[in-house]
Amino acid sequence: MSSATTQRTALYAKHLESGAKMVDFHGWDMPLHYGSQIEEHKVVRQDAGMFDVSHMTIVDVTGTQAKDYLRYLLANDVDKLKDKGKALYSGMLNETGGVVDDLIVYHFDDTNYRMVVNSATREKDMNWLLKQTEGFDVTITECPDFAMIAVQGPHAKTKAAKVFSTAQNEAVAGMKPFFGVQAEDLFIATTGYTGEAGYEIMVPVEKAPEMWQSLLDAGVKPCGLGARDTLRLEAGMNLYGQDMDETISPLEANMGWTITWEPVERNFVGRAALEALREQGTQKLVGLVMKEKGVLRAGLNVKTDEGEAGIITSGTFSPTLGHAIAMARIPATNSSTVEVEMRKKWVKVDVVKPSFVRNGKSVL
Amino acid sequence: MSTIPKELRYAPSHEWVRPEGDGVYTIGITEHAQELLGDMVFVELPDVGDQVNAGDDVAVAESVKAASDVYAPITGEVVAINEELEDSPELVNSDPFGDGWMFKVKADDEAELEELLDADAYAASIEDEE
Repeated sequence: MSSATTQRTALYAKHLESGAKMVDFHGWDMPLHYGSQIEEHKVVRQDAGMFDVSHMTIVDVTGTQAKDYLRYLLANDVDKLKDKGKALYSGMLNETGGVVDDLIVYHFDDTNYRMVVNSATREKDMNWLLKQTEGFDVTITECPDFAMIAVQGPHAKTKAAKVFSTAQNEAVAGMKPFFGVQAEDLFIATTGYTGEAGYEIMVPVEKAPEMWQSLLDAGVKPCGLGARDTLRLEAGMNLYGQDMDETISPLEANMGWTITWEPVERNFVGRAALEALREQGTQKLVGLVMKEKGVLRAGLNVKTDEGEAGIITSGTFSPTLGHAIAMARIPATNSSTVEVEMRKKWVKVDVVKPSFVRNGKSVL
Repeated sequence: MSTIPKELRYAPSHEWVRPEGDGVYTIGITEHAQELLGDMVFVELPDVGDQVNAGDDVAVAESVKAASDVYAPITGEVVAINEELEDSPELVNSDPFGDGWMFKVKADDEAELEELLDADAYAASIEDEE
């Protein structure tokens, strides 16, 4: 599975200590699970689990025109960010309106931002970020000296509090969702990819194993990429490369809410193409629910009542709901059901909003 | 390295076979197979009374990762199925050679057993795969 060219995070040895099954994830040797993916999923929904997300790329954007640059780079508008530490989710688009990557950007002040982009797209993203700096007084700095640990679940914050110093606990006290704060040597953010409360914590590489161990000692269970995928899918969160890519616009990826159209004077990369797409109408990303036996999986064909074709972009058995769920990109339909081709048979499934579980409970 | 009990017989497609006497054999999938598949979410079993031929796909083990066919290692009649798997498919993961058994077949011809692998031959076949 792993080869000489795969990279390891600072937590590699800790994963092996916990009995992880490691897999190659876009060139990184990452834990798939530590025994049972479903158990890990349930721990995050009911208690507290943690993920090594050190493979993700942290990029600082600084300079007198950092804000102008990001208002041009991103489809969402960083001008909305007024409070220090406030975060924003956005697509970064190409000229044809396709998604180069999706990311989170933290605002410290108008000359100082931090972004977290995907690992699978690291090199492409860095090239893109640098290319767009032309004409802006801005500096792009990658921060490889941090590991990142996501602690998620209803008890994540109380358990993490046992590991934080007094000053760190003061810094995060009362922090609302989607904020980040630098607290001593940690950057602590109330973000995540599971639909549960918790933190994403950036920690200096040399201190990461110790922090991981402290969290283990505090009763936080290690969770792998398998559970991370089923959790994000239940929460209705997109996975780059699967639910959208450079050929798919945010309008077709349930990311319409991340496009800030006003003010119309703000030009951003892909704006003209998006306006044309909005005018002509696009496919939609919807949720699918199947209560019969079987699992909806990525790549399966979908057919609307009008007879038009679509495709499942992500699908899984939902451990929380006990049946299959999926996200599918389909043409506009007036029906509340579509058919999915499963093992040579067309099966009728329900169409729902692409969000299934939040804070441990079904939202269907 | 996964467990491969000495007293069982194996098909290269990762089913195990245990003699229960009177020509009845219990069948399940190996520990190695469940490791490859990951957490089981559904198991579809044949019906009691079904006539199955060696090599037929007669059951489906569906995990978080994939749906995988389970083949009948011997020819005969299905005389029992593990109904526990309906509500607890995870038994296939936690106890593949015990509570995670799938179905029992009354063999038409017990000589067919001789064509299956013993533990050493099955271990060798897994190594070849890797």
